[in-house]
Amino acid sequence: MAPITFLEAIRQAMFEEMAADPSVVLIGEDVGVYGGAFKTSEGLLEKFGWERVIDTPISESAIIGAACGMSYLGLRPIAEMQFIDFIACCFNQLTNFVAKGHYLWNAPAPIVVRGPSGGGVHGGPFHSANPEMYFLHTPGFKIVYPSTPYDAKGLLKASIRDNNPVLFFEHKFLYRRIKEEIPAGDYTVPLGKAIVRREGKHLTILSYAAMMHTSLEAADALAKEGIEAEVIDLRTLLPLDEETILNSVKKTNKCLVVHEDTKTGGIAGEISAILFEKAFHDLDGPLVRVASLDTPVPYAPTLEEAFLPNAQKVFTAAKALAKF
Amino acid sequence: MPVSETPAKPKKLARQQYLDLYYYMRLNREVEETMTRLFRQNKIVGGLYASLGQEAISVGTAYALEKRDWLAPMIRNIGALLVKGVPPRDIFTQHMAKYTSPTKGKDGTSHFGDLDNLHIISPISMLGDLIPVMTGVAMAGRYLGQKIVAMTWIGDGGSSTGVFHEGLNLAASQKAALVLILENNLWAYSTPVSRQVPLENLADRAKAYGISSYIVDGNDVVAVYTTAKEAVERARAEEGPILIEAKTFRRRGHAQHDPAEYVPKEQRAYWEKRDPITLYEKFLTEEKLLDAQGKKEIEDKITALLEKDREFAENSPMPPPELASQGVYCTGPECHNLQPKWERPVEELLPPKSCVQPVWTVEGFGSGTVSSGSSAPIHFGDVPTTADKPPIPARPPAKAAPKPVKKPTPKKSARKGAR
Repeated sequence: MAPITFLEAIRQAMFEEMAADPSVVLIGEDVGVYGGAFKTSEGLLEKFGWERVIDTPISESAIIGAACGMSYLGLRPIAEMQFIDFIACCFNQLTNFVAKGHYLWNAPAPIVVRGPSGGGVHGGPFHSANPEMYFLHTPGFKIVYPSTPYDAKGLLKASIRDNNPVLFFEHKFLYRRIKEEIPAGDYTVPLGKAIVRREGKHLTILSYAAMMHTSLEAADALAKEGIEAEVIDLRTLLPLDEETILNSVKKTNKCLVVHEDTKTGGIAGEISAILFEKAFHDLDGPLVRVASLDTPVPYAPTLEEAFLPNAQKVFTAAKALAKF
Repeated sequence: MPVSETPAKPKKLARQQYLDLYYYMRLNREVEETMTRLFRQNKIVGGLYASLGQEAISVGTAYALEKRDWLAPMIRNIGALLVKGVPPRDIFTQHMAKYTSPTKGKDGTSHFGDLDNLHIISPISMLGDLIPVMTGVAMAGRYLGQKIVAMTWIGDGGSSTGVFHEGLNLAASQKAALVLILENNLWAYSTPVSRQVPLENLADRAKAYGISSYIVDGNDVVAVYTTAKEAVERARAEEGPILIEAKTFRRRGHAQHDPAEYVPKEQRAYWEKRDPITLYEKFLTEEKLLDAQGKKEIEDKITALLEKDREFAENSPMPPPELASQGVYCTGPECHNLQPKWERPVEELLPPKSCVQPVWTVEGFGSGTVSSGSSAPIHFGDVPTTADKPPIPARPPAKAAPKPVKKPTPKKSARKGAR
């Protein structure tokens, strides 16, 4: 098989799930005729028709509400946010209605809300968000944020088949910039499992999505200086794979978290708390965070570059931690 | 597009229908009176919201639905729940936060549902959210070939929310079989309708969505029922969503704690003379549908039922504390029993039958636009990197991608494994 892009992996996952299961439908803005703003759903309308590929008005709350209502009759809707930033428009519908349904009245909503997220592409303050932490604080969701085409496809399929509402973030910087050979046919990647992308013994770098690649780049540079970093791709933020994190920290005794989300209230804080609770005696250094600035995502390339973490920043922080 | 039609002249109903409407209105009121007493005895855990004077709306509209139809109530629609088949004990136990309640004490009031049998969707306190949800229910029903109607309620206050607009507009654009009952009870907590909306008739809002609407006297149960019945039939016939404004008055405060002193005395006096149950009793007596004997039989039946259910609720335990940490996620195959009930051939929805000709394309549209294409017209942020911005190297995820394990199992069990 020829290598495919991250974007194509998303498209294939939706295509295959819809072909296999008529209860899977896609609903969102411009997902039909146009095939989605990034063409992730191109060709789905031609194949599955108007009833299954539903173009909506610009109404994010209605998209989520309708997807949820559809799921109550046994369907498995995929709801697309044209840009994940717009998920803020349906915050109430998601956090108060969808997420609480199973706990309160035994009504799971097996929907997937997916959309392009992240910066580094000069999208400006309203098209570059990493809003995962707003939802991590809401019991009831699963939160997935893949970094490779293989994972994107396998995790999206697993998300569609999951019986809980899943928020699926697709880092748009990765859409066409990475390619990977993936196996033909059906496979899934389980939710809630992190993966060790690179083994090392001097420190653990935890990351996900685009920053996973940044972390690997930094790890290469660190290796040249004799520092072997273990790079872990979290893949699913909720539920978080604590076991893989704790096992690695037990080995390396140092932990650096890299995320593109802004620093305050980012997942690094939560991981830090987990390590203090469960790995206090394993730690030989402070938990270090490399994250975006606590500002909106600025537009100008020079500003956005300053805003985002990069391999150099990770390298510097990791080196200092290794020497601690 | 007809706007705010006059409801059809009430047709003659069958005697039993007249009596059913009476029974459910009385039951609605007595359930709430029982709960008021429980509230005064400190046996209701949280708030208590009354629908006194609005029973004709809950009962008359829900009575127009069939068993297969779906509804999502608001806080003052206990009458609709009773009509749909919810036993009073569920309402008592919910309010008393008992372990035997439908939510096992996790939520109160009428915040519960039943997806499997009664087709009831739980409300939440954020008004308007149910409108797109019920639109989705109607869309799914049509998709599955079920010919169902979805009904929900909103107040004069809730009709000002953004999601009211989003939901009704989506329903209209989808021609969804949704019947939305707008209970204009003149008050949103302490704010009179005149200070919320510069409209005489809230049904006028339907015009903005290009949908039909009715205005009905919400204190006349026969008129409410007849109108709702017509709306439900039209929605089922795929005429699209329909809005019914039922004009009424909230006779109690927002909840038990609120004495509603902001309501002008004259307004209250006017509406108290128009009590829907008193009016209906007069009608039934005049039409010789109900006599003292019949009335007493209904009252005795209600009293016995409520006595039994109230006792059950009072004797029920509170939920065990360990329940608090359970049930956030649906885990295990037994949790999600909802399989779609297809009432049309599934093949229609799968290729090749589902395929449509891309008649919208012009030459070149969509060609080469898949991810591998490079010349595609695409959104910003999805462009190849340029020299002045060094790319993050696309790591060959050879190590990253574990050897896939092909699942030889059939689709069904693969799905279970994914849970």
